[in-house]
Amino acid sequence: MYIGVDLGSRTVKMAVWDGERLVDHQIAASGFEPHRQAEKMIAGYRAKRVVATGYGRHLAAEHFADAVITEIKAHALGIFHYFPGCTTIVDVGGQDSKVISLDAAGRVMNFQMNDKCAAGTGRFLEIMAASLAYSLDEFGRAALGADREVQINSMCTVFAESEVISMKNRGIPRDHIARAVHGSVADRLAGMLARLGHGETVAFSGGVARNPCMVELLGQRLPGVRVLVTGLPDIIGALGAALHGAGV
Amino acid sequence: MTVTPFEIKAYPEMWAELDMDVPRFDKARLMLGELYHKSYLSQKNRPAAMTYFDNMIAEIHGGRIKELLAAKAEGRPVIGTFCVYIPEEIVLAAGGICVGLCGGSQGSVPDAEKILPRNICPMVKSAFGFKAGRICPYFQAVDFVYGETTCDAKKKSWEILDTLVPTYVMEIPQLKRQRDIDLWLAEVKDFKTKVEEVAGKTITENDLAAAIKIMNAKRKALQRLNSLRHHNPTPISGKDGLLIEQIAFYDEPVRFTVEVNALCDELEERIKNEVAVPAKKATRVMVAGTPMALPNWKIHNLVEGAGAVIVNEESCIGTRYFKDLIDESATGMEGMLVALTDRYKEIDCSCFTPNNERITQVIKEFRDSQAQGIINYSLQFCHTYNIEEIRIRKACEQEGIPYLFIESDYSAEDIGQLQTRIEAFLEQIGE
Repeated sequence: MYIGVDLGSRTVKMAVWDGERLVDHQIAASGFEPHRQAEKMIAGYRAKRVVATGYGRHLAAEHFADAVITEIKAHALGIFHYFPGCTTIVDVGGQDSKVISLDAAGRVMNFQMNDKCAAGTGRFLEIMAASLAYSLDEFGRAALGADREVQINSMCTVFAESEVISMKNRGIPRDHIARAVHGSVADRLAGMLARLGHGETVAFSGGVARNPCMVELLGQRLPGVRVLVTGLPDIIGALGAALHGAGV
Repeated sequence: MTVTPFEIKAYPEMWAELDMDVPRFDKARLMLGELYHKSYLSQKNRPAAMTYFDNMIAEIHGGRIKELLAAKAEGRPVIGTFCVYIPEEIVLAAGGICVGLCGGSQGSVPDAEKILPRNICPMVKSAFGFKAGRICPYFQAVDFVYGETTCDAKKKSWEILDTLVPTYVMEIPQLKRQRDIDLWLAEVKDFKTKVEEVAGKTITENDLAAAIKIMNAKRKALQRLNSLRHHNPTPISGKDGLLIEQIAFYDEPVRFTVEVNALCDELEERIKNEVAVPAKKATRVMVAGTPMALPNWKIHNLVEGAGAVIVNEESCIGTRYFKDLIDESATGMEGMLVALTDRYKEIDCSCFTPNNERITQVIKEFRDSQAQGIINYSLQFCHTYNIEEIRIRKACEQEGIPYLFIESDYSAEDIGQLQTRIEAFLEQIGE
């Protein structure tokens, strides 16, 4: 058994690889002590090697992990497992968004990451959902179902929130605003992809890839490109860490 | 084992005489001591000659300030600057002291933001805040500040700074045509006149020739240190290398030159005996871009904390400060001033357009330093370096050089993200 643990800004993800396939996974909130949360999650397994990734990777190494790799490398390994041949990854997590380009063998060639703000991240979507009184699941669904898209100009979370409030107060329906928020994140991701360059397929990973509207709008902004998503986009990083532990 | 924390020496009476905010400054002193302890003294296997530079940090707010005040008492001018385009030779020739002013700390930024706009360069804000908050003994000790026109934030902030401390401005052109060089020479002459006026003496040809020799010797010592850092494995950490480049801006030049050369002798011994500071296989990284003013060790801490080593800084606090020498064969006051201006115009700051020399220089330093990748660092809102990044990136792509661009400021809030990016960059180089 090889275990990968991804200690992210919002959730801890765990993936178990038995040398041939993914045999188990878990996702839990990070809490105040993410390493303790992670320890609980791996407690029932006898792992040959535990590899940590994510923001808490070094904390995990202090407590239990045998090795650490960055999220960039972990997502590269995880996506290469599911989609060999796909050379571009968009990973949107709680606190970061990243675009990664790989060579044909799955090695990281280049990457870009958002700067020190929440723009274009899962956290941004969460804050915007809250200000529109949606749960996160409703938020994506409502945005997907909206028949019109208005424009949000600001990418800064603070300013975008003011913009959303002023839209509400102009009587714009909230599903239209929801779609606009998603659109602004998709624009930002498409911009990062354009700067880095991308292939004909783009794999979308991280928790935000579970949002159907994000997948739809990202595809719309990348004409001719197929956006690939696995059934479990959240655990790609954890799986990549487990694969690294197994020497894949 | 108890570890004695590193202490920046306190001189509360002298600080009070300098009209400083002493209680606040004393807190900053303790924080700097802690930071230095953590970043520097925790390093293993440092060269013995670093003791001198440790002491320069311990006495940064004391011993060196005393020297400045003693010079002033003798009627020698003490001039604060912010840019490697201000010709130090002229200040030295007049018997004066030229110091680079404080501007590398987040601590003074809130003081500046009470007055200046927030969305400008952190170095300008930090520097301005040090004066506004009365928390930099150098700022309190100088006769005046000589600024320049190398960016919009500085250019316009001088007008505001002038209300707090007399501030003069040297016009640095933005192109390097003959008519620009003519203007530049005239500006150098104006600077000389101003310095002579404050010093109350006329600079002779001998004065200037001697000052040029002193500064050339200092630059040669720094060049020597830089080329020793290029040895693989490198005999000194990047943090220590950067520290010396930072101290170069406030130490007495002749003494500093002696100490840098002594360090270089030790480093040569280390190379002979195959003593390497980081692990022998440590990934070698070169930094290019905007200056890292004391105590901005953010990138170096992250890179070297991840087990890699920085072997070159292509920066104003780095090679741009010392890569060019003044031709010492020039004679006569006019001839020497022309030679001096010729040297200063070789500095390839991104405020010039076009600035093709810098692209070539970055690649050259990458090759010379035997680095394996380049981190291009730009301070936030530094438009010229931020935009020139596009050309540096293209050149690195063409040359197949692993490349990472970081835009950041002095705050700690992006440390997590930067750590991930830097570690991923090192993984990428390692693959």
